[in-house]
Formats: sequence, structure tokens, C-alpha cells
Amino acid sequence: MKSFTYQRAQSIQEATQKLMQARTEVIAGGTNLLDRMKVFLDEPDQLIDISRLSFNQIQPTSQGGLRIGALVRNTQLADDATVRQNYPLLSRAILSGASQQIRNVATIGGNILQRTRCPYYYDTGFACNKRKPGSGCPAATGLNRMNAILGASDQCVAVHPSDMCVALAALDAIVEIEGAKGKRQIPFTDLHRLPGNQPQFDTVLQPGELITAVILPPMSAAKSGVYLKLRDRSSYAFALVSVAAIVEISQNKIKTARLALGGVAHKPWRATAAEQFLIGKSVDDDTLQQAATLALQGAKPLAYNGFKVEMTKRAIRRAIGISANGGGLA
Amino acid sequence: MDDRKKNRFKTSRRFFLGQAVTAAGTAIAAPKLLDSLSPTSTDQANAAMLSSQSEVGKVPITLKVNGQTRALTLEPRVTLLDALRETLGLTGSKKGCDHGQCGSCTVLVNGDRIYSCLTLAIMQEGNEITTIEGLAKGDTLHPVQTAFIENDGFQCGYCTPGQICASVALLDELKRGCASAITPNLSQTPKLSTVSSAEIRERLSGNLCRCSAYNGIVSAVQQSAGQSPPSPIATIVTSEELA
Ligand SMILES: Cc1cc2nc3c(=O)[nH]c(=O)nc-3n(C[C@H](O)[C@H](O)[C@H](O)COP(=O)(O)OP(=O)(O)OC[C@H]3O[C@@H](n4cnc5c(N)ncnc54)[C@H](O)[C@@H]3O)c2cc1C
Ligand code: FES
Ligand code: FES
Repeated sequence: MKSFTYQRAQSIQEATQKLMQARTEVIAGGTNLLDRMKVFLDEPDQLIDISRLSFNQIQPTSQGGLRIGALVRNTQLADDATVRQNYPLLSRAILSGASQQIRNVATIGGNILQRTRCPYYYDTGFACNKRKPGSGCPAATGLNRMNAILGASDQCVAVHPSDMCVALAALDAIVEIEGAKGKRQIPFTDLHRLPGNQPQFDTVLQPGELITAVILPPMSAAKSGVYLKLRDRSSYAFALVSVAAIVEISQNKIKTARLALGGVAHKPWRATAAEQFLIGKSVDDDTLQQAATLALQGAKPLAYNGFKVEMTKRAIRRAIGISANGGGLA
Repeated sequence: MDDRKKNRFKTSRRFFLGQAVTAAGTAIAAPKLLDSLSPTSTDQANAAMLSSQSEVGKVPITLKVNGQTRALTLEPRVTLLDALRETLGLTGSKKGCDHGQCGSCTVLVNGDRIYSCLTLAIMQEGNEITTIEGLAKGDTLHPVQTAFIENDGFQCGYCTPGQICASVALLDELKRGCASAITPNLSQTPKLSTVSSAEIRERLSGNLCRCSAYNGIVSAVQQSAGQSPPSPIATIVTSEELA
């Protein structure tokens, strides 16, 4: 790790201002940033520790939802009584990620802004357009078993690694952002971007902007929400593919449907066409099959990840089926 | 040489060393760096590193470890694990991967388990840090330590300090009603007396054991939870008995 100076931010304003300075980064839990710094992916001269700032609470909103401070720890959110009861898929998504040791330290903001685990991004011996724009994407033709099947570009086939974010995408969450120029709110699904020809940018955050909170709207259907994660070993591994599904049944027909996919794209992927299709249908094999096919329409598998297409389809069918039956452990 | 330059040389050399010991890509990264490091600058880099470990960038850091307050002078980039092992001589916490992937560096911070390799020492100021050295009371082992011995919870022992610290926290998490990814019902978390071995395995998945002593580790946790683990003693049947 390269040397740097370290300061504890005293206020969010101080942090956002410092962040405008060159070669400056913020650290929250540090479980992703330090990992990156150790292999010289990030080499800040100045590290601003925001972990002791006060936006670390989970509060009910006047609309009946929840406002989650960006510095809330992953464990704290997963174990929150209201989250377990009203948004169980969010608890399960968080708990299926990393390990207890990491979740105890990792923050919500840090989880959202963790960077890809593409092995070519992680290894400075290789070119990588995300790390060094214009240098090339060896993953596109290399060992790309873990890489994207949806929304990739010829410049980048990386996937976003977070589990929590897949649940947040399905839950119609809102992100609260604060920068030197002020505050703004955007839908969570607009925060992360597709790689296009600027894969160096994971999100639409502007220089100096910080995430201060995530807001969950009230959603009674979320009680039956499901998070299904499929991976190479049964625990402590990143997703090959994952699905967050929330379907609401009324008179034996699907009234509302929310479907988000992980492990398949540069961002948590909302499968809106499949959601639209599901509305008004009864939950049977044919419906699930068609919804899964729609969700994967346009998938472009690479040399080694073709299996993800079928795997995602099956995961979608299973997750929707369980949610339609009231939810629970997938 | 001004301090900045000194630092840069030091960094270059570390960069090189860092590359040389990481697995893939070494062959590709190293020659490029070698080109840019003339013999003189390498020598200077060595000199910079050796000159009284140059005080550049060091800051005072106070840590509370196993009930004792320790005043240190360290660079901010020093991880908690390195501070414990290299500076405080507490070598019980092990460095397996240094990347949050194995659990052998697990310590308790304010009672919660964390990986000491993925946090900076300076970030832990003001917190109560407990390492494996802090679990026993004098000559009396912590019950979880005893349970690991009684249930063959290890072979080589390298992962064991991390496994024990993680298990101590795991038991506390169960008492507090924390859920795991496979808890069947999130509003009804398992009790110590009934927690399944599958749940124990899931909750301990952040600690790898290269010797694969997992059965003994799970038994040790079961015993610590007040359950009756299967006997660790394998039944040895001699050929005479078989005949
Ligand atoms: C071995 C291992 C396995 C893992 N497995 C999984 C897994 O299966 N699923 C999964 O989802 N995750 C997994 N993770 C990743 C883990 O979830 C992240 O490391 C963690 O969530 C990051 O949170 P943090 O607070 O530590 O972030 P930090 O490391 O502090 O920060 C991450 C990034 O976000 C920036 N940042 C942090 N907070 C803010 C903010 N409020 N505003 C703006 N920028 C900010 C930092 O500058 C940095 O660039 C794994 C990690 C490891 C090491
Ligand atoms: S050394 Fe910290 S997790 Fe492996
Ligand atoms: S006992 Fe050898 S690594 Fe676990």
C-alpha cells in the first residue's frame, strides 16, 4: 500500500470539500478500498475517514418507509427488526454477501460503491479499460466465466458484485447524495451505470459527491420478497447470478411484480419487460417460463459464461414462485 | 533528497515487491517496473527504507488491546493486523491472505468480530480490541478454547486463533438473536440450544481451514453452545478385531 495522510472528517461538508482535492478518497468500512489499495488499484495521497460521522441511523420516514444512513453497518441493517419484518429480502441479500466479519464493518454506502471483482481489473499486470481507460478489455476474450451477459459494451464486461444492491433495486429505493454543490435524490436504479465507452465510471456520482442515505418506500408486497443467490460454494462467495423478486398476488393473479438481477451486468439489473408481462397473469409454469425468457432477452453470453443465461432463467422462475407463495428462504 | 522524493522511491520499491509476491501478472508487471528503476534509484530506495525506518508520515496512535492502552507511532497505512503482530508482538492473530478472504486474522472489536487485515490500526482508536491472547483468564482457558481442544477443532492450528475468536462472537450473536442467510424464519432466530450444524457452518463460513478440521470446529461450537457434539474419538478397529 502506498503511503498517505489520514484524517477523520468532522462533518459531511468537510468531507465533500476535501474530496474535491486531487488524489483524495473517502474510507468508510474500508473492506473494499483497503483491499484495492493493497494491490495498487487505488493510490490516494489523502484518505478521509467518514466512518465516525453521524449518518449511521435507521429511521422510519413519514411515508411509512425507512431512511437508512450511509454509514449504517451491513450487519446492523440486516438485523434491524423492521427490515427483517417488512423487507426480508434485503436482510437475506445482505446476509448472503461476504462474511459476518466483513458485514460487521462494511457500510451501506461502501457496499453500494464497492467496485467490480473482475480478475483483470484486480490485476495490474493486465490491461483494463475500467482501471486505465483505452488500454483494452482482456476479459472480453479471456477467462470471463464471472462476467456480464447483459448490458455490457465492447470496452467492459465487468459485473457489479453487490448482493444488497440487487434487493435495493427491486425495492424501488432512493439514494440521497450530498456534494459541495448541495443535495440531490435519485432513484437507486439510476445510480449505477452501464459501461458504454466510459467503463471507468461505475455510477453517476460527480466528483466530491457522497452518498448520505438510502430511502426505502413503504411496500407491503415486500414482505413476500425473495432473494436467491447462486454461487460456486454455498457461502462466502460472490454471486454467479442472483435474483430479487417481489410479486403481489390478488385473486390468484399477479397484481404487481418487481424483478432485479445480480451477477449479470455492470449494474443491478431491473428486468422491467418481464415485470410488465407478469402483471395480470396467474403463476404457472408457462407464465414463469415466458417471464424468464423476456428477462434474458438480448443476453450476450461470452465464451465461458453461457451457462449464466439458463441459470438466471431458472433462478427467476424459482424466486418468483416462492414469492408468489408468500416468500421466505429461497 | 526531500521527503516526498524519498517516499516515492520507497513506494516504487514496495510496489515492485508487492507485485513480485502476488500470484498472477507478476511476469508482466515486473519487467516494466525494472526498466524504470535504475540501479542507483533502487539503492537509494533501499537506503530510504533502512534509514531508521524514516519517520516520514508516522503518527501517534493509541490502541486499547486486551484491556491495556498501548501508545504507538505508526504510518496510517499500517493495518490493525500488522500493528498487532509486528509492533505489539501479539502474533496469535495470523496473516493468511491479507485480503479478507480467510478469517485467520479475526479479532473482536467492541465484541464484534472483524478481519484485522482489512482495517487500519488508526481507524480503531478508542475501540476495545480483543485478540486470541486476551480470551483466557490467566491460566484458565476461555470455554471456547477448551472446547476446541476437547473436540479436535484443529490440526496445524494456523486458522485456530481466528476460528476461536469468530466462534466466541458467533455465540454472542446467537444470544442477541442475530440472523444468518439460512435462518428459516427471520422473526424467529435460532437459540443456542437448538442451532443446527448447518447454521453453525454458515455463520463460520468467513473462516477457512486449510487442514479441513471443520467437523471438530463445528463440534467445538456445539459444545460451547451447550449442545452434545458427536464424540471426536474415531473408533479404531484393529485387523484382529475384524477377523
Ligand atoms: C472476501 C470478500 C468477500 C466478499 N463477498 C461479497 C459478497 O458475496 N457480496 C457482496 O455484496 N459483497 C461482498 N464483498 C464486498 C463487501 O460487501 C464490501 O467490501 C463492503 O460492502 C464495502 O463497504 P465498506 O464500508 O467497507 O466500503 P469502503 O471500502 O470503505 O468503500 C468502498 C468504496 O466506496 C467509497 N465510499 C464509501 N462510503 C461512501 C459514501 N458514503 N459516499 C461516497 N463514497 C463512499 C469509498 O471511497 C470506496 O471507493 C466481499 C468482500 C470481501 C473482501
Ligand atoms: S488474513 Fe485477514 S482474512 Fe485472511
Ligand atoms: S487447523 Fe490447519 S488451517 Fe485450520
